[in-house]
Amino acid sequence: MEYFLELFLGGLTRGSIYALIALGYTMVYGIIELINFAHGEIYMIGAFTALIVSGVLTLLGWNALAIIVIASIVAVIYSAAYGYTIEKIAYKPLRNAPRLSALISAIGMSLFLQNYVLLAQTSDFLPFPELIPEFGFLEPYSNFIRSSELVIFAVTAAVMLGLTFLIKFTRIGKAMRATAQDKMMASLVGIDVNRVISVTFIVGSATAAIGGVLIASHIGQLNYYIGFIAGIKAFVAAVLGGIGSIPGAVLGSLVLGWTESFFTGYVSSDYEDVFAFLFLVLILIFRPAGILGRSETEKV
Amino acid sequence: MQIHHSRKKHFTAWILVLAMVLAGSVLMSCGEAEKPAETAKEAPAKATEPIRMGVAGPHSGDLASYGIPTVKAAELVVEQRNASGGIAGRKIELVVEDDVCKPEIATNTATKLVADEVDVVLGHICSGATKAALGIYKESKIPVMSPSATNPGLTQSGDYPNFFRTIASDDAQARLEVDFALAKLNLKKIAVLHDKGDYGKGLAEFAKSFLEQDARGEVVLYEGITPGAVDYSAVVQKIKNSGADGVIFGGYHPEASKIVTAMRKKGMDTFFISDDGVKDDTFIKVAKEYAEGVYATGPVDTTQNPMAVEAIERHRKKYGEDPGAFFLNAYAAAVALLNAIEKSNATDFDSVTNALRTEFVGTPLGILRFDERGDAIGVGFAMYQVQKGQYVEIK
Amino acid sequence: MFSIEEVKKSFLVSIWFMFLTFPIMVIRVNTIYKIVEWRWERMFYIGIGTFVISFIWRYLMRRKEMGVKKKEVGEDALPLAQRLLQNRRVSYPAIALVAVLALIYPFVFSLYQANIMITALIYVVIALGLNIVVGLAGLLDLGYVAFYAVGAYAYALLNYHFGLSFWVVLPIGAAIGALFGIILGFPVLRLRGDYLAIVTLGFGEIIRLILENWNEFSFGPSGIANIPRPSFFGIDLSLAETTRFVYFIMIGLTIFTIFVVNRLENSRIGRAWIALREDEVACQAMGIDKTKTKLTAFALGATWAGMGGVVFAAQTTFINPASFTIWESVIILCCVVLGGMGSIIGVILGALVIKLLPEYLREFSQYRMLLFGAILVIMMVFRPGGIITSVRRTYQFKGKSNRHA
Repeated sequence: MEYFLELFLGGLTRGSIYALIALGYTMVYGIIELINFAHGEIYMIGAFTALIVSGVLTLLGWNALAIIVIASIVAVIYSAAYGYTIEKIAYKPLRNAPRLSALISAIGMSLFLQNYVLLAQTSDFLPFPELIPEFGFLEPYSNFIRSSELVIFAVTAAVMLGLTFLIKFTRIGKAMRATAQDKMMASLVGIDVNRVISVTFIVGSATAAIGGVLIASHIGQLNYYIGFIAGIKAFVAAVLGGIGSIPGAVLGSLVLGWTESFFTGYVSSDYEDVFAFLFLVLILIFRPAGILGRSETEKV
Repeated sequence: MQIHHSRKKHFTAWILVLAMVLAGSVLMSCGEAEKPAETAKEAPAKATEPIRMGVAGPHSGDLASYGIPTVKAAELVVEQRNASGGIAGRKIELVVEDDVCKPEIATNTATKLVADEVDVVLGHICSGATKAALGIYKESKIPVMSPSATNPGLTQSGDYPNFFRTIASDDAQARLEVDFALAKLNLKKIAVLHDKGDYGKGLAEFAKSFLEQDARGEVVLYEGITPGAVDYSAVVQKIKNSGADGVIFGGYHPEASKIVTAMRKKGMDTFFISDDGVKDDTFIKVAKEYAEGVYATGPVDTTQNPMAVEAIERHRKKYGEDPGAFFLNAYAAAVALLNAIEKSNATDFDSVTNALRTEFVGTPLGILRFDERGDAIGVGFAMYQVQKGQYVEIK
Repeated sequence: MFSIEEVKKSFLVSIWFMFLTFPIMVIRVNTIYKIVEWRWERMFYIGIGTFVISFIWRYLMRRKEMGVKKKEVGEDALPLAQRLLQNRRVSYPAIALVAVLALIYPFVFSLYQANIMITALIYVVIALGLNIVVGLAGLLDLGYVAFYAVGAYAYALLNYHFGLSFWVVLPIGAAIGALFGIILGFPVLRLRGDYLAIVTLGFGEIIRLILENWNEFSFGPSGIANIPRPSFFGIDLSLAETTRFVYFIMIGLTIFTIFVVNRLENSRIGRAWIALREDEVACQAMGIDKTKTKLTAFALGATWAGMGGVVFAAQTTFINPASFTIWESVIILCCVVLGGMGSIIGVILGALVIKLLPEYLREFSQYRMLLFGAILVIMMVFRPGGIITSVRRTYQFKGKSNRHA
């Protein structure tokens, strides 16, 4: 029973990590129906920026708390800027092109950004500073949960609630929902569709950066390739939950995290990824809209 | 009214474009093909023709950090040799080619080196690329020496009489790990993990089979972990649940540090024994205090060897930094290859390979000779442990 | 064009990019040795570079918009080069020239040249296969490399266990490729667009992971070595001779592929694929069997990958799962996209450029993947049709007054 509980908690951690990335993914998809392959790369760039900033500040001898705060803020700003720019370069000109074109462009962007960081920085793994101190009150439970895990749970929940609030109750959220339903119609009623899409990318990328900083700090290292694998997994999770749905992304991520954790625990981690992908295929065959997604009838 | 069928014409029209591209590539390759001819013209007599040493390995991409040090080692050795007059009056020339550690590109690299008429090859770096390239060198009768390809089959299969290496093979490493775990640490239950890669899984397979042959211990868990996964807590739980008192891990330091950190944070003090891929200072920097006590095998420390001291010093002087991975192995390989050419006073296959097998040569790794299969006699592994943030050799 | 307004715009763009690339390009932190390196000169290069690029970008953008307008007006004239080349007196000698060049190539140039040409031709064949799936049928397959792997392992394993020769396995490899195409095709029949892409990606990874993990079957990550090269009626050939032989096998296979794919494209099934690509619903409404059409696209596409894989294994003589990662799929996709989706000559050109250029520009090899990424984006933005846009079969009425007809 203890083993089960530990696997459950392990899956929860893994799921929350996926969720932090999947939230941005699903948000962008919800608005413009594009698999933003470069999302994982934005997450990586966020983490890298935080690493660079904290490295510089550490050498300047700043105090630890200031470094954490400034590094995170700079990472969020830069990731948002990258997200904004990528949209302008690679996706905006393809707004009216076939979906296939935009998808290929996204793959190209992902490849480009990976190699940009690889060439400008390094291919080696770099140690990432531990930003979250061990909390005293967790000491007795250290076998089960670490403070960085607790922070990841909390931030995931906060981001999920924040995004839901943004989409449900704010003006821009309303505009986002309108744009998601029908771009043409939205622009006819006076919504600046380009601006809405830009804001979506900025918000989505900012959440990716938050994820990047937290996860890199939890794992303790990073290199240029961390974004790709995490991005693919997060996308699978978003599809599982029903892409475009904010709670769906979190639920899908947790389901994927548990699936992998229990499969590893009770069967074997050799085929962990094979099982994860098979699970995705099965879900898509039997419930193409995902767990929480609504299946839509095609308009002809 | 006529129906005009434009598609067909359009299709054939583009053939011309294709012709132009082909012609272009032909012109480009003309330029390439002329190079050896020119050098031949400049040096008509064989005696003054330079000796050409090919250097192949990953020089770009994510594995470049494993390949570049070998190029630098070759440059240093050749520079020194040429300064003292070369070999029997012949200068030595390097032909450096990239293989990105990919087998399919390595065959191109190998044919390029063969076409450039190299006499010997220093490389390749990765075992897979080496395997793919060796067949081509074998048929062209070119001796090859790798500083880093540790796959046992390269020498033990007997398929490649032209292959030599200045590093011990993986099974030697696995043997040492298993013996250490059973004899020194007295472990009974061992979990064997690997990263599913060529190197890591190969090592783990050997460790597993050695353990199964030995009555002193048993394998309680044998698993491949997924490299690059965001978290390994499930695998760590599994290790805990299996009751293992030691882990033997085959793979590289990024995964090792994640597993060790997760284990220690869960309060597990299980022994962790790993390989050369983990015996890297980055591992200690990443895993920090959790790295303490971790065992890893690595090449016997020869950095106090006078030749090694000199080689490292010259590297610092020329490139302004400490040498990277496999530098001493590559340096030793370059020295051994050139020594064999000098001793046999020839560059043909039989003389050079014969000299490699019979003549002793002083290198930064010690005094070496190669056995029938191509392994260096006297090159081996030692066990290291992280103590106070540093790898210390355990005698 | 160089008005103050334009310069100001470009200036702002370059400032933005200098800001954007500042941490990653300028600062280099090594957290292991606690070193920070400042590379200010790079910021300067980025500024200049983006300043110039932004002019080119806007120029291309304007041209693209003009092109769209022209199309709307109906002035869809062929570019000058294309019109020039439509002349038979030009194209026939061109075909002859290509044929002669292809024949003498391995005898004139070194072993290395022949070797890289073989690699390039393998890519021509498999890119033409992928072209069926992506270019004609419009199904984005990101796991195409799996079929390539299946072909390569089919030869390696059948040869290892049963000693089957290259010639026997070549059709078997093609058949196994097709079989796997159908296996993948069935579950994804209902999926469209993006979902299809992600599931095929998953499929590609599953095949690679199985090859990596199932040691008893595939010898795991250490791969299979000493795969024999193709035999020539049982005669032992030297390395140079075998390479030439494989070269001619590939030339033959390429011609065969071009012939078949060309015929397929203009066949009933080919038109069904194009109809499916253009509009799935309308295509079904016209009475085309969607299931059959999709499955044949997957199966026929995979066939070529299977065959290419067999030749690949025979040429490299060593294979391991690391050769069949998702990025290999992306590179094959890049060949198709760069050349022109759906256009046969375009895809051939794309594959040759993508495989040969990095070999000739070996000094720049580290920028290869960066360039591929940029190519995918730039092609999609400015020339979605590729270098050579495929032209649909059109029937024009050449009467006196075609405008009022």
